[in-house]
Amino acid sequence: MTSTDLAIIMPELFLALYAMVALLGAVWTSKDAAASLLCWLTAAVLVAVAVWISLAGSATNVAFNGMFVDDAFARFAKVTLLLAAAIVLVLSEGFFSRRGIQHFEYPVLIALAVVGMMVMVSAGDLITLYMGLELQSLSLYVIAAIRRDSLKSTEAGLKYFTLGALSSGLLLYGASLTYGYAGSTVFRDIFAAANDGHVGIGLLLGLTFMISGFAFKVSAVPFHMWTPDVYEGAPTPVTAFFASAPKMAAMAMFARAMHDAFGQAVADWQQIVALMAVLSIFLGAIAGIGQRDIKRLMAYSSISHMGFALIGLAAGTQAGVTAMLIYMAIYVTMNVGTFAFILSMERDGQHVTRIDGVSLLSRKEPLTALAMLVLLFSLAGVPPLVGFFGKFAVLTAALDAGLPWLAALGAVGSVISAFYYLRIVYYMYFGSEEAEQIDGSMNGAQWVVLMVSALIMVAGVINLFGVDGLAANAAASLVVN
Amino acid sequence: MQNLISIIVFLPLIAALILALFLKGEDEAAQRNAKWLAFIATLATFFISLFLLGGFDPSVTEFQFVEDRSWLMGLHYKMGVDGISILFVMLTTFLMPITIAACWDVKVRVKEYMIAFLVLESLMLGVFTALDLVLFYLFFEGGLIPMFLIIGIWGGKDRIYAAFKFFLYTFLGSLLMLVAMVAMYVDAGTTDIAALLEHTFASETFPVLGIQVVGGLQTMLFLAFFASFAVKMPMWPVHTWLPDAHVQAPTAGSVVLAAILLKMGGYGFLRFSLPMFPVGSEVMSTFVFWLSAIAIVYASLVALAQEDMKKLIAYSSVAHMGYVTMGIFTVNQQGLDGAIFQMLSHGFVSGALFLVVGVVYDRMHTREIAAYGGLAVRMPVYALIFLLFTMANVGLPGTSGFIGEFLTLMAIFQVNTWVAVVATSGVIFSACYGLWLYRRVMLGKLIKESLKTISDMTGREKAIFAPLVAMTLLLGVYPSLVTDVIGPAVENLIGQYEVALNDYTPATEVALAGDH
Repeated sequence: MTSTDLAIIMPELFLALYAMVALLGAVWTSKDAAASLLCWLTAAVLVAVAVWISLAGSATNVAFNGMFVDDAFARFAKVTLLLAAAIVLVLSEGFFSRRGIQHFEYPVLIALAVVGMMVMVSAGDLITLYMGLELQSLSLYVIAAIRRDSLKSTEAGLKYFTLGALSSGLLLYGASLTYGYAGSTVFRDIFAAANDGHVGIGLLLGLTFMISGFAFKVSAVPFHMWTPDVYEGAPTPVTAFFASAPKMAAMAMFARAMHDAFGQAVADWQQIVALMAVLSIFLGAIAGIGQRDIKRLMAYSSISHMGFALIGLAAGTQAGVTAMLIYMAIYVTMNVGTFAFILSMERDGQHVTRIDGVSLLSRKEPLTALAMLVLLFSLAGVPPLVGFFGKFAVLTAALDAGLPWLAALGAVGSVISAFYYLRIVYYMYFGSEEAEQIDGSMNGAQWVVLMVSALIMVAGVINLFGVDGLAANAAASLVVN
Repeated sequence: MQNLISIIVFLPLIAALILALFLKGEDEAAQRNAKWLAFIATLATFFISLFLLGGFDPSVTEFQFVEDRSWLMGLHYKMGVDGISILFVMLTTFLMPITIAACWDVKVRVKEYMIAFLVLESLMLGVFTALDLVLFYLFFEGGLIPMFLIIGIWGGKDRIYAAFKFFLYTFLGSLLMLVAMVAMYVDAGTTDIAALLEHTFASETFPVLGIQVVGGLQTMLFLAFFASFAVKMPMWPVHTWLPDAHVQAPTAGSVVLAAILLKMGGYGFLRFSLPMFPVGSEVMSTFVFWLSAIAIVYASLVALAQEDMKKLIAYSSVAHMGYVTMGIFTVNQQGLDGAIFQMLSHGFVSGALFLVVGVVYDRMHTREIAAYGGLAVRMPVYALIFLLFTMANVGLPGTSGFIGEFLTLMAIFQVNTWVAVVATSGVIFSACYGLWLYRRVMLGKLIKESLKTISDMTGREKAIFAPLVAMTLLLGVYPSLVTDVIGPAVENLIGQYEVALNDYTPATEVALAGDH
């Protein structure tokens, strides 16, 4: 252990220390009364760490003999997920304090989960990867059940824990097989072991089990079953968090494991990932149609979106990873904005999540409705909004990699999913008078987040704020060829 | 003058932004301001576009007024016009002020209504001037959002159903086109339309799911684009969204839909399908001819049975678009000239016909044919205008409708006599439904109590129709106005098409024989 190693993991160390200090501080002082302050403070720290990482330059640093990799790819993912987590924290603060149900553990757990995610995306070794993953997952299980007195929240937490543990088991089993047949847990050694374009049968089994574990974390079909229940049951701020930062982290971890460890056996995992992508897109698009609860709908929407991001991964090329990163960054931005609105939905002071609650919103709140319209059309991938460019990038990558059927099926899937986004627009603009309409107003932070994210969807058409260039750099550092 | 096209395209959008940001309130004054601002903006766009027409040199077949800047992900922001697109730009800028003036009496959410139309104008102009595939797609698809809202918010009774049908139909077609566009990008390595026009896509026969695809990649790409343009056109049998959307859309929405939006499909065929996939076009042309002939006859017959005036005109639009697709795929001078002429003429005539219906709808709030009769007695000016546009729709010599129909029929006769025979019968049917509609609404005795007090057209309404009447007659007696501008571009297009086919011919003859 040298000082250079420590310098490389400094952001993670700092955040972990912060989380522990914050926990002790809150316990010794005013406990839940400090929750609001702690939320804002944690958000500020997360943003500060994001800025710190984004200014770190463009070098690829390896620490602890390859167990920890800090490259442009990891930094892209980290900045995205840190910012997403910070914004969700700010949004949640308003939600919780309005209802007087603050828990000081919430920001601390989020900070710890973020540390886990940062380790996940930087992992250069199966052990590091698993450590990061478990730190993240354990924090998330607790957050899902943070409303201890709510039956639904507890149920969501328990479901998430049971299935999450199962998937961790799958992943671990795959990792042990991989170790057994490759002789090492370090990615670059596994990379060398699978060097002739294909892996041996033992390694293939390990690969498959690991993919199953990853698929659970990104909620790709057929490992998606937990998503709607957990999204619906968990408190809405927690759902907002689940739908943003962890998705980015899991997808980045997935890509890193595939390319860093199995980058020479693309053909072996390409088909599995492509199949999962298609199934996710279609299941997410079709099952979402019947939903009446906006949180469940967003769960299916996220399954479908993960399918599109997986198309990028399935391409198995540098362009594919670039597309995936662009897609995820856009997805996270849209989702944060959409949840800012969902968090503000209430009637008679009660939080409601029925879709028809937004009926005729455009008459009462024309600007809010317009921003939501932009976000929903962007989620559907309708040009000229930014969501379209995400879809365009992954479809291009798929065709470029010789997967025309994947691109065509993806296009068809996105028409089907357009229907349920359109239905929300329908309620907002043409809905019926009889529906139990929402009557709450947005607080400042929610309003700002909604407006900014809608504005990004429109203004991004000019140059995507340079995200495409950053993503290309990031992908170049991950994919060798 | 360097950014002339950008100015024309984005001026309405800027006006829409000003409306959205600075205009508050729903009172009388705010509504009036919104209307005036929108009207002035569209009128200004029209006048600026006159500079474009003035500076345009028809004898040059390259793109003119080109602007080229790099954009994201290796794409380009490239705009320009050539002989094919310039008149569509003019058609759009010419009709928009009329459209805005036609919705002066709208009272519901006027500001949003005007914003939707201004945004729509920007997007439509963008479609006709974009010279980058993805930029084109952006404009092409973006038009769905304002149109969805226009139909859904301000439409008639079943507006929701119509809005959804319109959106999902066109969205599906367009996404297949997107996949094809990406495939073209991968194949040619560029999204620049001018470069793609030079690129030759592979045309070797290859099997897909066990079926031999004659024309190979070109046919596949053609079909993907066809899926999108045919829906937009709309061609039989994917036309069913049009009558629904028309009946439910407000008058101005119908005008835009019929007069401009429908032209996007035809423009797409001319810009992409013919020059970029000549082999694919040739392979599929017989198929397109028969679809067009069926559209002409079938839609005319269905129009005969309609009881709703707007639905009748909508079906007549489908029939008229049949002449356009037929003319385009004959790929000879008369056919292409005729098709473009027909599109422009249809823009004036069908737009005017929907306005004609709007005049009585504003007074009686019904579009049912049976609710009218004998209007000529109380509305002489209206009767005259209605008669003129009915005749133009039927294709009476001296009106612009005649030129387009005649040229396309002449062209198809040289290529496929049977299709010509079937299509020509459509001319008779169109006279049937057109004259019968006129007779039922305008002629006879005025016996309905409710109609006894109906008033003739106001000054504003007359002013709206004046430019349309002028254009219809002018183009009818002096068609060279149009053909001089499009001529060289069309000639160039045909030349390239024939060169491409000559390179290809040997292998197809055999395969074609087996295919049919």
